[in-house]
Amino acid sequence: MADPHIETYDPEHEVMSAAITESRPARAVFMAIAFVFLALFLVLPLVVVFNQAFAKGLETYLTSLNDGDTLSAIKLTLIVAAISVPLNLVFGLAASWAIAKFEFKGKAFLTTLIDLPFSVSPVISGLVYVLLFGAQSALGPFLKAHGIEILFAVPGIVLATVFVTFPFVARELIPLMQEQGTGDEEAALSLGASGWQTFWYVTLPNIKWGLLYGVLLCNARAMGEFGAVSVVSGHIRGQTNTMPLHVEILYNEYNAVGAFAVASLLAGLALVTLVLKTVLEMRYGAEIAATRGH
Amino acid sequence: MSNATTRTGWRFRQPSVIPGFGLTLGFSLAYLTLIILIPLSGLAWRSAALGWADFWRIALDRRTLHALEISFGTALIAAAVNVVFGTIVAWVLVRYQFPGRRIVDAMVDLPFALPTAVAGIALTTLYAPNGWLGKPLMALGIKVAYSPLGIVMALIFIGLPFVVRTVQPIIEEIDKEVEEAAATLGASRFQTITRVLAPGLLPAVVTGFALAFARGVGEYGSVIFIAGNLPNVSEIAPLLIVIRLEEYNYAAATAIAAVMLALSFLMLFVINLLQSWSRKRYG
Repeated sequence: MADPHIETYDPEHEVMSAAITESRPARAVFMAIAFVFLALFLVLPLVVVFNQAFAKGLETYLTSLNDGDTLSAIKLTLIVAAISVPLNLVFGLAASWAIAKFEFKGKAFLTTLIDLPFSVSPVISGLVYVLLFGAQSALGPFLKAHGIEILFAVPGIVLATVFVTFPFVARELIPLMQEQGTGDEEAALSLGASGWQTFWYVTLPNIKWGLLYGVLLCNARAMGEFGAVSVVSGHIRGQTNTMPLHVEILYNEYNAVGAFAVASLLAGLALVTLVLKTVLEMRYGAEIAATRGH
Repeated sequence: MSNATTRTGWRFRQPSVIPGFGLTLGFSLAYLTLIILIPLSGLAWRSAALGWADFWRIALDRRTLHALEISFGTALIAAAVNVVFGTIVAWVLVRYQFPGRRIVDAMVDLPFALPTAVAGIALTTLYAPNGWLGKPLMALGIKVAYSPLGIVMALIFIGLPFVVRTVQPIIEEIDKEVEEAAATLGASRFQTITRVLAPGLLPAVVTGFALAFARGVGEYGSVIFIAGNLPNVSEIAPLLIVIRLEEYNYAAATAIAAVMLALSFLMLFVINLLQSWSRKRYG
């Protein structure tokens, strides 16, 4: 037996000690259950995406991607993400500064409100904007008279995406900045730095990896959002179709290769996101706080 | 306002040398109000404008009730399945050493990263009557795609990381000495797990269940492809909202959405209660 006073982590000891782990057959059974479950539910769907996309060869794959409507869907998805992610990034920074660096009444309530979009069905996230800006709404006739298009146009898609991805950056940054406290900022300020200098040269370097982590997750959701965008987009081919919506249209037209070709791009995005996320967690685990996953 | 707060003992905020409170809080509140609060209260206002009788007539409509029942029922089953397998996955990831553990761990987040529409068409192809898994299951007489079982499958996929990521950190925190003490006192491994470890994991498991359930109830993208969408049989509530919207029946869409929102806020409230209870008890 090891000396109980020496607290060292010894994986060899862990494997050897039958008292604190399961018997070998039990471990094998647990591992088999976990692997089979993960293979069935995570690996197989991913394999299906690429298998179907390349079912008729690389050439068909490339032709189906090189299609006017597909290209405009890719472009729209990039535009929507390029607008909504920075908006939520700025909000995330502002909200986490206010919440993490100050003590004020109602802070817990504000934090709960920020998480609100996570508990709203994506369809409802789209519906609320239809009710606000639609032809039947109080604003509808005014918007129509002035030729302002929000629904079934890019602004509506951006709004729905912003709603759905609203908490991502703030959620990463708030616990991280709370953990870091205010000592560094107070030191910088007392040495004569201005507020902005303190933010740029002290706070931002401290939170950069956590920020990147939040942006990564926010972007993945922004590019992949389906339900909310589907409600406000109007599904106009080549105009208000994002990539996930285009996948649906192609799939419903029984164009499996086309649908899975676009889907394979989105799956590729998901895989890149997972790889970057894992790298960030491995290298900067301490700097992106204890908030893994969601 | 600021005068009044300094005169009395009540302070809106503690004094601090750090600048930017007004700017950042002001911006955050304005943005939150514009993006989230005004649109959501618009929904509340529109459903209130329906009037009590009309609201309940729509909400208790047979097709609506079936849709809500299917959404909540399938989400409940999927969350229960995820509790069992998600906890096993979390346990295996934390406790066992095996090659590629890091990759398996990263894969668990796939449902967070993969767009729901992609998951939807992939699962449908997999479980369709001529699909890789659908064909053998069909031979056994089990129809997965285009039936409520298909919805459950999609929701298991969507909800898995919620359970694993909630339970995993708690397993990591377990003090090995507790297990050693139990073993020293003569407990079998089975007794240690069920009597010593399980009670400590329970709050996290329940939270993971609630999160997976809440997400499953509102899920749309991955479900509509695999469900078959037969009214009263495999039509989920979010889809019925979309259908009512396409019929320009805004009253019905609003009423269904209001019922769903009320139920999910209730769940959110329960989750918060559970978390504060478990922090008090085990934190």
